[in-house]
Amino acid sequence: MQGRWKDSIHLIRPAAVFLAGLLLFLVVRAYIVPPTFGQYGHYRGAVLDEVRARPVKYAGQETCAGCHVEETEVKGKGKHATVACEACHGPAARHADDPGSMRPMKPEGTALCAGCHEMDTAKPKWFRQVNTKEHMPGMKCTECHAAHSPALH
Amino acid sequence: MDATRRQILKGAGLLLILGARANPDAAPEAAGAAAEGAYNPHEHLWGMTIDIEKCIGCGNCVRACAQENDVPEEYFRTWIERYEIEGGDLEHPKVSSPDGGKHGFPPSSETTTKQFFVPKLCNHCQESPCVQVCPVGATFDSPDGVVLVDESYCLGCRYCVQACPYGCRYIHPKKMTVDKCTLCYHRITKGLTTACCEACPTQARVLADLKNPADPVHVFLRENKVQVLKPHMATRSKVYYRALDGAVR
Amino acid sequence: MMTPVPGVEGFMYPNEVELQWSLLIVLYPYITGLVAGAFILASLERVFRVKAVKPTYRLALLTALAFLLVAPLPLQLHLGHPERSFEMYLTPHRSSAMAMFGFVYLWYLLVVLLAEIWLDYRADIVRMAAVETGWRRWLYRALTLGSMNISEEARAVDDRVGYWITIIGIPSAFLLHGYVGFIFGSVKANAWWSTPLMPIVFLFSAMVSGIAAVMLLYMAAMYMQGKKVDMLCLDTIAKYLFFVFLIDFSLEMLDLVHRIYEADESFRSLDFMVHSRLWTSQVVIQIVLGTCVPLALLAAVLVWRFSETARKRMYVAAGLLTLVGIFAMRWNVVIGGQLFSKSYLGYTSYKLDFATREGLLPAIVLMLLPFAILWALVKLLPPWKPEEGDRDGVCPAAP
Ligand code: HEC
Ligand code: HEC
Ligand code: HEC
Ligand code: HEC
Repeated sequence: MQGRWKDSIHLIRPAAVFLAGLLLFLVVRAYIVPPTFGQYGHYRGAVLDEVRARPVKYAGQETCAGCHVEETEVKGKGKHATVACEACHGPAARHADDPGSMRPMKPEGTALCAGCHEMDTAKPKWFRQVNTKEHMPGMKCTECHAAHSPALH
Repeated sequence: MDATRRQILKGAGLLLILGARANPDAAPEAAGAAAEGAYNPHEHLWGMTIDIEKCIGCGNCVRACAQENDVPEEYFRTWIERYEIEGGDLEHPKVSSPDGGKHGFPPSSETTTKQFFVPKLCNHCQESPCVQVCPVGATFDSPDGVVLVDESYCLGCRYCVQACPYGCRYIHPKKMTVDKCTLCYHRITKGLTTACCEACPTQARVLADLKNPADPVHVFLRENKVQVLKPHMATRSKVYYRALDGAVR
Repeated sequence: MMTPVPGVEGFMYPNEVELQWSLLIVLYPYITGLVAGAFILASLERVFRVKAVKPTYRLALLTALAFLLVAPLPLQLHLGHPERSFEMYLTPHRSSAMAMFGFVYLWYLLVVLLAEIWLDYRADIVRMAAVETGWRRWLYRALTLGSMNISEEARAVDDRVGYWITIIGIPSAFLLHGYVGFIFGSVKANAWWSTPLMPIVFLFSAMVSGIAAVMLLYMAAMYMQGKKVDMLCLDTIAKYLFFVFLIDFSLEMLDLVHRIYEADESFRSLDFMVHSRLWTSQVVIQIVLGTCVPLALLAAVLVWRFSETARKRMYVAAGLLTLVGIFAMRWNVVIGGQLFSKSYLGYTSYKLDFATREGLLPAIVLMLLPFAILWALVKLLPPWKPEEGDRDGVCPAAP
């Protein structure tokens, strides 16, 4: 019994090295796992707020309506009621925060209109489309249709 | 400080339970604490509805998404596909998505085939294969049902890209971490809609809060036949398509 | 209307055009496969008492170690953020097949391989610590971990413990590689990968490649040292190689037949891929050159009588072709699984760069590295007694 113990004792050494490594790992781990990890699930809880903090670029139609009462009203009565301001004018959150700092794009009518209204048999039938080459060629769309309320002037 | 706050909250709770009138000192503090974190992720469950019959393939959503989220060129958080099907040949649709449909599609004059557009984005699955395979917890399903990425934690191992059946993920060429649709988490948690829905001229795509009983999504789901993409993948997708053709994959 | 993207045919989802996993990820299962295979060959001697393969026992262990040390490097190099890889240990995601790799790897490295090698070499280490000089003396001294007890009884204890470690080691080797197969086989989104046969196919192909590699290394080592190859040992290894290979091949064919017969929604697309983009690497290299030819060679040795030289030549040819074939198999799984669209409507192509982070050059370096490590290990811990090469002189530790 005594002898067997003496002849096995060397096995303790690699085991000790292994355990020391394991212990070190557990200590380091406890120290560097991000504090909010596991707050909601298996991820860093703080990331939710980080993603929320990203800047908004499209202000949303309701924001525009706050200042541009007339355009909103005109558009609201016309066929473009469902088309949001920024669908045509591009992202304008900076403009909405401080109108002087940035002017939203004032799109050139014809290309803009064709982007939605160009005749294409893949588009749903209910959607009004024109073949821009045949529909009043050589004229700007806005000469006859108002962009905000596209029924004829 | 924390202890006193907790005591006050506890006190307020006790008073409520007892049905007594609110303590004039404790109650405002408790209410204030609730108002501070106005957005409570546990009260929402986000998804989207897409009506194929309303989509005109204009590409507004793709452009808006790219601008709102600084999506790198040639990668897409949302994109549009155009399908063209001849007769009953659901197995061989002709599909195209030039530059993700970002600048619309070359107009077609074909009248003998069935054609339609299919906008796509992350399906914010409730059993997300991508979340399942992430080795470190860098991508996850948020309490409000949005699949997000922790850019500061992602290894860039790309396992999630392989696991997504829908092709919604890519590696951001500069950040070298995975990138994907966030359902505009920074917008929807502030009461705005997503950039793609904001820019959609026909309301083909509409943001949905499935936990909000007043959300029109409930009527939509009740009154329409809807489908999700690749239902056999059993990912419990929360992007519901109306009038989705069987050929779409 | 076709999208005019170079290398793309038909329709791919726009984010799919770029391949995610490159040549480096081909190396990863290839290298871990060699590890698992080499270890299982070593355990043949230890646990199943196949005495004939004893001359390769220690060489197989060292080969496994050399390749295991390199195994995580291709993964590491491929990560977008290699500096974050320690997160796998900090916050492993329990549902992720990949997260466990770090733990399985460490377990295998520390508990199985290093422990077994240490126990087996302890007597030699202690002896060398006494006779060597200079830095080598210090190195061996450190390796003794401070215990000089190599009495008969102590060695008997070592042998018993080593035996049990090998017994734990066999399922661990199965785990290591079967698990690599699971990483691919569990991706339900990918029809090329998603099959329950994947882990078992990976496992058997791992054994095939590991056995072939050790067989070749043994011949090379004997040749370089000008020693005589133990033909009984070689013939036995070749026999095992043949039977394991046969199982591997049957499993792969079972998968193939099953796919062809079921012909589910993915079949047309995958079938087309195999007949076009994967034709050379799958059919020509993997199946014909890398499987049928070596199988035929090995079978021939079993059926007919050949001279010793002829057998050696056939084994070299079969071993090399096997290694190429298994590499092609890894390639076809990893790269092939990314060439087709998950819409089953199109195909992309893989452009292999040369001197980029995931290019051919680092791959070649990574493939040579284990041999350099093995060379150093063999110098440091000689698998054979210097004077004799035959198996009676081998393994001072042998009972
Ligand atoms: C805070 C009030 C305010 C809000 C909110 C606001 N605007 Fe304006 N906007 C202005 C003012 C003031 C001007 C005139 C600026 C000028 O002429 O220098 C203007 C001008 C414009 C112009 C014309 C620019 C030009 O070049 O003539 C456009 C287009 C426009 N706004 C679009 C929008 C849109 C779209 C939104 C919603 C995202 C919006 N605005 C929100 C105040 C506002
Ligand atoms: C269908 C596309 C479209 C939509 C939707 C739209 N606009 Fe415009 N808007 C235009 C175009 C085109 C012009 C330029 C008209 C022109 O050049 O005569 C314009 C011009 C303007 C101008 C400048 C007017 C001027 O006299 O210079 C303002 C301000 C403006 N829009 C605000 C809005 C607001 C606010 C909304 C949302 C309520 C809105 N627009 C929605 C297309 C649109
Ligand atoms: C972002 C897409 C979009 C753009 C850009 C756009 N429209 Fe429209 N337009 C619509 C939608 C949606 C409707 C409503 C569809 C319907 O009811 O048929 C509509 C309706 C119309 C109609 C009404 C047809 C009818 O039923 O009377 C006309 C005319 C029209 N647009 C002209 C224009 C002109 C001119 C422009 C360019 C200044 C333009 N549109 C730009 C989306 C767009
Ligand atoms: C010369 C004046 C004029 C110009 C310029 C013009 N239109 Fe029209 N547009 C009309 C008239 C007239 C109609 C017919 C109105 C109706 O049927 O109610 C019409 C109808 C439409 C319709 C509805 C078609 C339908 O099926 O009901 C659309 C959409 C339209 N135009 C878009 C455009 C676009 C886009 C442009 C620019 C490329 C444009 N128009 C330029 C006069 C014009």
